[in-house]
Amino acid sequence: MEQIGILEGREKQIFEKKDGGQAFDISCETTSLSGSVSQRACVFCGSRVVLYPVADALHLVHGPIGCAAYTWDIRGAVSSGPELHRLSFSTDLREMDVIYGGEKKLYASLIELIEKFSPKAAFIYSTCIIGLIGDDIDAVCRKVAKETGIPVLPVHSEGFKGTKKDGYKAACTALMKLVGTGPIEDISPYSINILGEFNLAGEAWIIRKYYEEMGIEVVSTMTGDGRVGAVRRAHGATLNVVQCSGSMTSLAKDMEVKYGIPYIRVSYFGIEDMSAALYDVAKHFPDRPEIMEKAKEIVSREVRELYPQLQKFKAALTGKKAAIYVGGAFKTFSLIKALRSVGMSVVLAGSQTGNKEDYLALKEMCDEGTVIVDDSNPVELSKFILEKEADLLIGGVKERPIAFKLGVGFCDHNHERKIPLAGFEGMYNFILEVYQSVMSPVWQFAPRKGGSL
Amino acid sequence: MLLRHTTSEVKEREGLTINPAKTCQPIGAMYAALGIHGCLPHSHGSQGCCAYHRSTLTRHYKEPVMAATSSFTEGASVFGGQANLLAAIDTIFSVYDPDIIAVHSTCLSETIGDDLQQITRKALDDGKIPEGKYVIYASTPSFIGSHVTGYANMVAGMAAQFAVSTGEKKDQVNLVAGWMEPSDMRELKRISKEMGAKVVLFPDTSDVLDAPQTGKHVFYPKGGVTVPELKSTGDSKFTLALGCISAEPAAIALDKKCSVPFETVDMPIGLSATDRFIMALSKAAGVKVPDSITAERGRLVDVMTDMEQYFHGKKVALFGDPDQLIPLTEFLLDLGMKPRHIVSGTPGGRFDKRMKEILERAPGANFKNGLNADMFLLHQWIKNEPVDLLIGNTYGKYIARDEDIPFVRFGFPILDRIGHSYFPSVGYSGGLRIVEKILGVLMDRQDMTAKEEKFELVM
Repeated sequence: MEQIGILEGREKQIFEKKDGGQAFDISCETTSLSGSVSQRACVFCGSRVVLYPVADALHLVHGPIGCAAYTWDIRGAVSSGPELHRLSFSTDLREMDVIYGGEKKLYASLIELIEKFSPKAAFIYSTCIIGLIGDDIDAVCRKVAKETGIPVLPVHSEGFKGTKKDGYKAACTALMKLVGTGPIEDISPYSINILGEFNLAGEAWIIRKYYEEMGIEVVSTMTGDGRVGAVRRAHGATLNVVQCSGSMTSLAKDMEVKYGIPYIRVSYFGIEDMSAALYDVAKHFPDRPEIMEKAKEIVSREVRELYPQLQKFKAALTGKKAAIYVGGAFKTFSLIKALRSVGMSVVLAGSQTGNKEDYLALKEMCDEGTVIVDDSNPVELSKFILEKEADLLIGGVKERPIAFKLGVGFCDHNHERKIPLAGFEGMYNFILEVYQSVMSPVWQFAPRKGGSL
Repeated sequence: MLLRHTTSEVKEREGLTINPAKTCQPIGAMYAALGIHGCLPHSHGSQGCCAYHRSTLTRHYKEPVMAATSSFTEGASVFGGQANLLAAIDTIFSVYDPDIIAVHSTCLSETIGDDLQQITRKALDDGKIPEGKYVIYASTPSFIGSHVTGYANMVAGMAAQFAVSTGEKKDQVNLVAGWMEPSDMRELKRISKEMGAKVVLFPDTSDVLDAPQTGKHVFYPKGGVTVPELKSTGDSKFTLALGCISAEPAAIALDKKCSVPFETVDMPIGLSATDRFIMALSKAAGVKVPDSITAERGRLVDVMTDMEQYFHGKKVALFGDPDQLIPLTEFLLDLGMKPRHIVSGTPGGRFDKRMKEILERAPGANFKNGLNADMFLLHQWIKNEPVDLLIGNTYGKYIARDEDIPFVRFGFPILDRIGHSYFPSVGYSGGLRIVEKILGVLMDRQDMTAKEEKFELVM
């Protein structure tokens, strides 16, 4: 096969595990090189995806139209009630606003929107040029909050001021202003907040159901089927349960400092990690052993049901190879374990935003020969998928057509997942989706499998 | 009812846009640049812009979309983006090896005052552009115009920056494609060939964004207008611009630089606009309209007459981009339908004027473009005067669902259906497709909702 080279300057962000012994050094948490075809996004994107699922809040994007247009209902973060978050609001700044400032327009828009839609709170996102034209959005927010009586929260998410991770942080800063403003008297001591779960395809509902069955009160799911009222009461919970490595950790840390609420990191993907997510929470409440009892009961019940169903796929999937390229590294760990449980191996693992610790853990977990990449690009992904003869790529919207062009199966483990992949039932859905894609008859027509004329 | 908040009372809004019927300039520039062979679009701004544009184009085409970004940081926004762009040009030529880099600006780089012309000239002076390679640019600030403006600016940029007048005229006609699908561009080339007209069509995204499954990820697919072709546009005897908003600026640029005379016609959507295009091409290229094209026309007219009873008097709401809306509205009127509400987020007096002319045949129709012309307004109008059919991009599906209106997807972006990349909407056969789609949803509706005694086998 024709060899594809690695891009110049990218060597340090790629690592191939060989003979176990070599020193591990991967460069990460850097900004992408100017001129690179990166799969990454910006600060605004980070803030927008995190806060988006707060369904009864107004989300107003302050800037030219693009930022609001591209983030209009792009995330399948479902709500059980209000759906204000699925509309797109923009101050649609024009040239004159850029010259004379957009504060007046922002103020007028906010007043109009709050009157029309009666949101429980408003998030105002600054985009790139807001930082440059010097609009004092904090002052406008304060003024509108005073006049309307609802929290109006600036989100400092100018696109160029860092990476997507900084956007997560800006979102957390905004949320932190809401936390601590609601009543907590009637909250149980056996209570948690679920952080970093976005209720894509209803996943938070599944997770919430497990915890509630264990006898735990879920005070807030924060950013999955989120409600302003619940976020305001979040400081009444005893424990923060944080999923997703990057997005909500800073909020958990802030809440630990300010309210003394400890946090644990969990993942809800795959049998192993899902079970651990229940046990780890139960362990936090040792004075009530029935919580642990119940957790064990749930796990054994669910696994008993799930295991035989997974076996149906295992025979077909054993020996198949997967490549994983997702946003956060934490998810990669779960996916590797989940795929292994049905006999699949992982030949490429990477993320857009992993840190050194993540990659070290990833290296420990991976098989010999696995390639680990940070902030990858289409050339590299194609190269390793072909060289390692992967049968499946797990990624997001920009990766999907690459997989299909190469003639390998694909599973969206990002915004565009259509069915819940979290929890025990999600594990079944995930493996079913993997099976359906990898085993699809269409690949026989792909030239790679000898399907040419 | 996702749009449960929409009220029927229409009030003036101060600037605020709710559910836009447009997006920003850079994505149009990126799309246009993909229509040059061996070209890597480059977004001079924050990383997010490029990621959003690529994602949107990928969702629309189900194809990989390659583009690079200057990855602005805080430093760049203080000290200017020149260093970033120069570094990017270096990186791109050494790493991705395109023939051309097509740089477009963003709101950020425009606001800090980066001058793309000056920076690209510096890149040339500093020897950063290898022999035989090119860097072209277009200024595309997001706070002016819309995605359509960005497309127009990049197409004008490619004409202005590549065209050369050698003094020797070529027997060829420039066809400037307004914003249309790869399938449409392919169809225009087919029609031209059928007519025996030698044309240079640009940009040309066919064989770029409708590439076949090959088992390989190709960074620069085989399609796209080539540099020699673009250079030769300066020697062409005539330019036909297809669309007064998205294509005409390129024709003007060619006229200015190389004195190539031009005519602007509507994008050939529907019968009348296609008639005008065919006549204009026949005149410009000095060729006769062959019988085969006349027969194509005849087939469209035949279907229009066969099915006229199903169109007559049906009320339509439509939204999207100016160069499509103008001929589409005219086509609906030709079919006997009643366009009632029309919205485009793209500002511009030219469009306004043209639509008003066409809508003389539709008294009382609502039309608005530019400021506050968004999907919220369209929905409000529909609430006040319901319609039988909605035509527009995927964002129409919320209104279609809430108001229970048959819906034909047309325009950009289409995120939830396929077909637009493969089946043209331009020309007579494109007209057939539009008719088929409209009839399909109207008749499906009738079949599913008609009372049993009215349920018909033959329609």
